[in-house]
Amino acid sequence: MFDFSIITHWIDNLLRSWMPENAALFVEFVLVGVVLLLTYAVIALALIYIERKVCAFFQCRLGPNRVGPYGLLQSVADMFKMLIKELIEIKHTDKFLFNLAPYIVIVSSMLAFGCLPFGRGLIAIDFNIGIFFIMAVSSIGVLGILLAGWASNNKFTLIGAMRSGSQMISYELSIGLSFLTMVVFAGTMQTSGIVEAQSSGWFIFRGHIPAIIAFLIYLVAGTAETNRGPFDLPEAESELTAGYHTEYSGIHFGFFYLAEYLNLFIVSGIATLLFLGGWMPFHIGGWEGFNQIMDYIPSVIWFFGKVFVVMFIIMWFKWTFPRLRIDQLLRLEWKYLVPISLVNLLLMVLVVIFKLHF
Amino acid sequence: MNSALFVVVFITGLALVAAALWIAGLISPRSFNPQKGEAYECGIPTRGTSWMQFKVGYYLFAILFLMFDVETVFLFPWAVIVRDLGVSGLINILFFMIILVLGLAYAWKKGALEWK
Repeated sequence: MFDFSIITHWIDNLLRSWMPENAALFVEFVLVGVVLLLTYAVIALALIYIERKVCAFFQCRLGPNRVGPYGLLQSVADMFKMLIKELIEIKHTDKFLFNLAPYIVIVSSMLAFGCLPFGRGLIAIDFNIGIFFIMAVSSIGVLGILLAGWASNNKFTLIGAMRSGSQMISYELSIGLSFLTMVVFAGTMQTSGIVEAQSSGWFIFRGHIPAIIAFLIYLVAGTAETNRGPFDLPEAESELTAGYHTEYSGIHFGFFYLAEYLNLFIVSGIATLLFLGGWMPFHIGGWEGFNQIMDYIPSVIWFFGKVFVVMFIIMWFKWTFPRLRIDQLLRLEWKYLVPISLVNLLLMVLVVIFKLHF
Repeated sequence: MNSALFVVVFITGLALVAAALWIAGLISPRSFNPQKGEAYECGIPTRGTSWMQFKVGYYLFAILFLMFDVETVFLFPWAVIVRDLGVSGLINILFFMIILVLGLAYAWKKGALEWK
């Protein structure tokens, strides 16, 4: 399987032969930033298109089909439309916090995005506490949403922000516990290490029952964490206009929109990373020919393929379940998911200690 | 190297927002109108401020979250080496978990998990 670190090392050596060490390092950092920015923007645009198409097909509509072939350029057009919209200044807002909130939301999703391993040797930040770091930075996003709602000085945004805050911090627990379950199994928190540990089989197969329970809990909690699907109370259009970003206009709103879709990608990416083997190909023990064919498919395609499957399931949730009430939402988390995840964690520890896994 | 990359990604995030805001500031139209700056609520002038006291139920869950989240932080280092610790590691952490579950049970019994 192709190792992307060959390309990065080649670029590194090329730059070092041309210029002094510090300059080469600087150019590399700029390259990393630009590549990350481009993938971030392209993935967000692609996701908005996919979401609209999937949503349309679920409702027996055609979806966007006028701009470009099959409406492929629709989200690019939307981005330009957002850029040329006026940024309305609202009276009585807390100007500083109002302008700070988009920065927090975008930076938190960008940091979590940088920790995902997209392919063999294709990862921006590879901390040895990777998965813990992802959990930490993605929970900063809540702060941005709370600030946005509070600083706008509007009743809708306040209610939206409060709902979003209580929802996201509550579901953070189940996410943390299912991360913990998989860290127990993997024995490492480094994202690249977790993927390497799955070379002999994806965790969802090797960890059998506790891993599957953790995966299901993660899927529910991850949907809630991205404020999507049945858990979209913070921005329930029919109740709160647009929730916490009611007062934001133009590209200011665009940032929240962007971060929301990127969070969907990140949640699916982490599900892939922890349970579905990251960029590892699908192998069946004993079938050598089959395994070799699977190895020919590049690792990036494996990663994105799995991410899009998980993403499709999360989109499916949205069009299947009706929106929950806030009390039902919190009851689901605190009375069902938290106790189940605690028991599941102990189950996983027993499985690991007595070597009951495959 | 990783810490430097962390700073790079951080700056990339800031740069994305700043650049987009800068471009929008260059090409977006501007018009001034006293009605425009009003809060978007229902058409009639807004009454009072929205920076007010709010339902306490939300804060209660925030406090409960704090307890459990700190627990998760303590459990992460243990989770990495649980394979080497074996049964003794499980027994030691079990006391910690039992105290925590007792806390959840107490909150449940007291009705802190009910939405009133």
